[in-house]
Amino acid sequence: MSAPAAAPARGDRALGEALFPYVLRLADTSLVLGQRLGEWIGHAPALEEDLGLANLALDLIGQARLLLTYAGEIEGRGRDEDALAYLRDAPEFRNLALAEQPNGDFAHTIVRQWLIDGWQLEVYEGLTGSADMRLAAIAAKALKETRYHYRFSSGWLLRLGDGTAESQARAQQALDSLWRFTEELFAPDEIDERMAEAGIAPRLGAAAGRWERRIGQELRTATLTLPERRPHPWYGKCGVHTEHLGHLLGEMQHLQRTYPGVSW
Amino acid sequence: MSDPLPDPSAADWPLFEVFIRSRSGLEHKHVGSLHAADARMAIEHARDVYTRRQEGVSIWVVRSADIVASDPGEAEALFEPARDKVYRHPTFYAIPDEVKNL
Repeated sequence: MSAPAAAPARGDRALGEALFPYVLRLADTSLVLGQRLGEWIGHAPALEEDLGLANLALDLIGQARLLLTYAGEIEGRGRDEDALAYLRDAPEFRNLALAEQPNGDFAHTIVRQWLIDGWQLEVYEGLTGSADMRLAAIAAKALKETRYHYRFSSGWLLRLGDGTAESQARAQQALDSLWRFTEELFAPDEIDERMAEAGIAPRLGAAAGRWERRIGQELRTATLTLPERRPHPWYGKCGVHTEHLGHLLGEMQHLQRTYPGVSW
Repeated sequence: MSDPLPDPSAADWPLFEVFIRSRSGLEHKHVGSLHAADARMAIEHARDVYTRRQEGVSIWVVRSADIVASDPGEAEALFEPARDKVYRHPTFYAIPDEVKNL
């Protein structure tokens, strides 16, 4: 398909150079999280949850496809969604490090989902007003999906946290273990700043306050404790990943790497 | 060792019956059943299990245990007496041409 809607960034080369990695951040976070959720298929605690997690995964992969296609057009080197998904190595991925963390137990998966859903809510909401019409349209579609994801994950967070002693302990353990990866969610770097200045992306600083208030309130209801903030060395959105991403990509990319261009 | 696991049959989520309205103006129809811990979760599960292909615009769920059903053993007494009363069917009336939508 051709690309009728050119980004306003086109023509401004420097801005385009920042837009490409910015769109990759959104795309890769959805792609990697969707791949992780797919690992649950056939293993979820109940058949109904199996389908529920698969639905989330499909929504996320759908978002990734739209965003990767757009990223490829911005880059202008002829890479399509498949080339970007299957033929990049881990350091070229720009997903949040949180998204690549292993599934762990069900509580771990739910807490990871809930943290990222809250981030996506803020980002997609902001992007619906983007000066980049293509991103605004993708965000409007993704926002509807994300609202359901958040309903799903926050519902489960409450059930697990305010559930049995066992489920509460597991949810708290998951939160304690994953919290260190949340620093980069709302910490703007140069790319985020440039996107915000151009009116393309929302300001992360303002979104951070809303996100913190919301998760604080929900954690209290779920009788869980917010861990202390501590800096961490992983910045997935800058291409600095934990070792888990390589293994995930190994599985995800294996077929295309072994049989380039294969389809069925 | 940790505590023994609870009896899995006792830990099972209750069964809910699911009714979907396929589009506005139509009635809700029974589509199946599923397990959920409570009504909210039952709605979410119904959404995930039964509306993946745009089957509906509205969902009802009800606990299966709350449905009162007729006894199959009483089918004769309940339904047989209607068999020879064909005059109850509205087929003995001449419908005027002016009447639409009857």
